[in-house]
Amino acid sequence: MEVGQMQRQWIDYTRSLFIEGFLDAQFLQLEQLQDDNNPDFVVEVVSLFFQDSHKLLNDLTVALDQKSVDFKMVDAHVHQLKGSSSSIGAQRVKNCCIAFRNLCEEQNIDGCLKCLHQVKQECCLVKNKLETLFRLEQQIMAAGGSIPLMELSF
Amino acid sequence: MTSRNLSTQLRALVVDDNMINRKIHQKMLNGLGVECMGVANGKEAVDVHCYGQSFDLILMDKDMPIMNGIEATKKLRSVGICSMIVGVSSRSMEVEIREFMEAGLNDYHEKPLTTAKLASIIHHIINTKVFYSYNDHFIFGKFLNDPFI
Repeated sequence: MEVGQMQRQWIDYTRSLFIEGFLDAQFLQLEQLQDDNNPDFVVEVVSLFFQDSHKLLNDLTVALDQKSVDFKMVDAHVHQLKGSSSSIGAQRVKNCCIAFRNLCEEQNIDGCLKCLHQVKQECCLVKNKLETLFRLEQQIMAAGGSIPLMELSF
Repeated sequence: MTSRNLSTQLRALVVDDNMINRKIHQKMLNGLGVECMGVANGKEAVDVHCYGQSFDLILMDKDMPIMNGIEATKKLRSVGICSMIVGVSSRSMEVEIREFMEAGLNDYHEKPLTTAKLASIIHHIINTKVFYSYNDHFIFGKFLNDPFI
């Protein structure tokens, strides 16, 4: 596949991630921070996010499995996950966390368990989507091309 | 007031228990020409000042373990730290923001921060430095020998 085609594929794929709500404008902020001094900044931050979210989701699973659930602790973990998902622009994960926090406030265990399942799914989905995106970027760079500048004009 | 050398880079302290937020905010500030340091809670922010470090800007998260942003801001102000302290939080309830502001913040921004928001903060700090370094006799913007003070 020639570079122009790959770049168009990248643009279409990135656009779909925004339209489907996986990513929001904050992701573009991350991309704008990437430069020649830090060419892998986005991949580094996103990798950190998924390492961190993996641990938080495990902690949440354990916390919600207790006989007497400590909702303050659950809320603290969800707050962390909401903060970091918001910072990288993972919109659907962030929105799940907002709903999750409301359920913590209500001390609704069943609701929290459903939300936890949903957050795990959304994290998995966005992880796969971003891995595909980064693979496309690597293919473009390997073919001697550059990553197009993305603006939210849709 | 002693005028400061404006060719010195600004220094910022990013106080946030979330490592990803710290990394992003520090990178944003580096991109704006600001030298940065990061700590994970309010107590570390206070300790860093006790060890003699000073900053032009402190980005203070609100919810942190050990010592939160409100306690840390109060402590820093009580020991005479006059740096610009900007509170950041994902909380948006007015009563919580007011409590944070009353602890001694100069400004508050909701997360996530953007480079544009940080740029406006940095420009404000630089403009303030230019104003006060213009004339060493300025005190709160008035000339010392002004008979009408």
